[in-house]
Amino acid sequence: MKRNVSALFGFAALASLFVMHAEAVRADDPVTITITIKDRKFDPAEVHAPAGKPIALSVKNLDSIAAEFESEALHVEKVVPPGREAVVRIRPLEPGRYNFFDDFHRATQGVLVVP
Amino acid sequence: MLPTLIIVFREVFEAGLIIGIVMAVTSGVAGRGLWVVGGVAAGVLGACIVALFAGGLSQLFHGSGQELFNASILGFAVLMLGWHNVWMARHGRELAAEMRAAGQAVVEGSKSLAALAVVVAIAVLREGSEVVLFLYGVAAAEGGASGSMLVGGLIGLGLGALVCLLTYLTIPTRYLFAVTSTLIALLAAGMAAQAIAFLEQADILTALDQTVWDTSWILRDGSFLGRALHTLIGYVDQPTAMQLIVYGATLAIIALLMKVFAVPHQERPRAA
Repeated sequence: MKRNVSALFGFAALASLFVMHAEAVRADDPVTITITIKDRKFDPAEVHAPAGKPIALSVKNLDSIAAEFESEALHVEKVVPPGREAVVRIRPLEPGRYNFFDDFHRATQGVLVVP
Repeated sequence: MLPTLIIVFREVFEAGLIIGIVMAVTSGVAGRGLWVVGGVAAGVLGACIVALFAGGLSQLFHGSGQELFNASILGFAVLMLGWHNVWMARHGRELAAEMRAAGQAVVEGSKSLAALAVVVAIAVLREGSEVVLFLYGVAAAEGGASGSMLVGGLIGLGLGALVCLLTYLTIPTRYLFAVTSTLIALLAAGMAAQAIAFLEQADILTALDQTVWDTSWILRDGSFLGRALHTLIGYVDQPTAMQLIVYGATLAIIALLMKVFAVPHQERPRAA
């Protein structure tokens, strides 16, 4: 009986994974933006991206301690270990200002502007 | 001290809620304390390991290693929670009644406890690895662990334990099964939806990823209450269509399996 349960769960999980993989709708190549973190500051602290296009935000942490790139507006939360680069993928955005910060050092703030 | 306190508390808060629920759900089951403590210990150990390999992990799968890891362990926790509910639907009454103290029930019960201990371990691991990374960063910046960092961390941890205790005391364990199985199912559905969010962030899952509604003007999911509801019932202020589908599907599957497997012993099991 227990085996049945696990098999059912396993099947459901697998099935949903396949559905997920089904089709990537968007054809656009993402706009790539690079931001570095150095001495606990974003550089640049203000970046611009076009509306309606997917964005690949590359965050390079040049400090010797970990950062957590976070944005409530963008729904992103990602640890960037020291000396590493994290790519944050963002779906096409409407015009606006999207704040982001380092959740480990709240004073480290930046903004993504979509005109 | 204050930033350390705030960050540690924010991270252990979620784990505290989950441990509190598990304690309430297993109330009265022999040996549950040991399992929960074991889960916490395994989680702390796992958190240190994850933090240690965070650099390597983040580079895996074209930079999506973190998201895939999070989505996988959340998925595993969902399976454990679902399995627990189904198991309880079948054996819960025996366990709660006269067989509670009987050897067989304890052995059987421990299987279900093991599933919940895994859930506890995963919750602690997820939140704990960030705490470890953060504290390591603070220590590195200050040239060694400082007293204020330790005090801040300990107070944060203590507040997290308080959350756990309050959760435990708030949940009415008297209505054992109806209440606890609902709590567990909602917890599972929320985790499943969060796993989807990680897959969407990693760009692995792009189908049905448009935002369906935005309730951030009522309650932001980054606020204190928002975070609590996020953990407990999976509240998200801007859910995607796929998140909603998976949330609903998780609840439906768990409810269905509980119905299917809850047949009394004297009846012939019907085909599902």
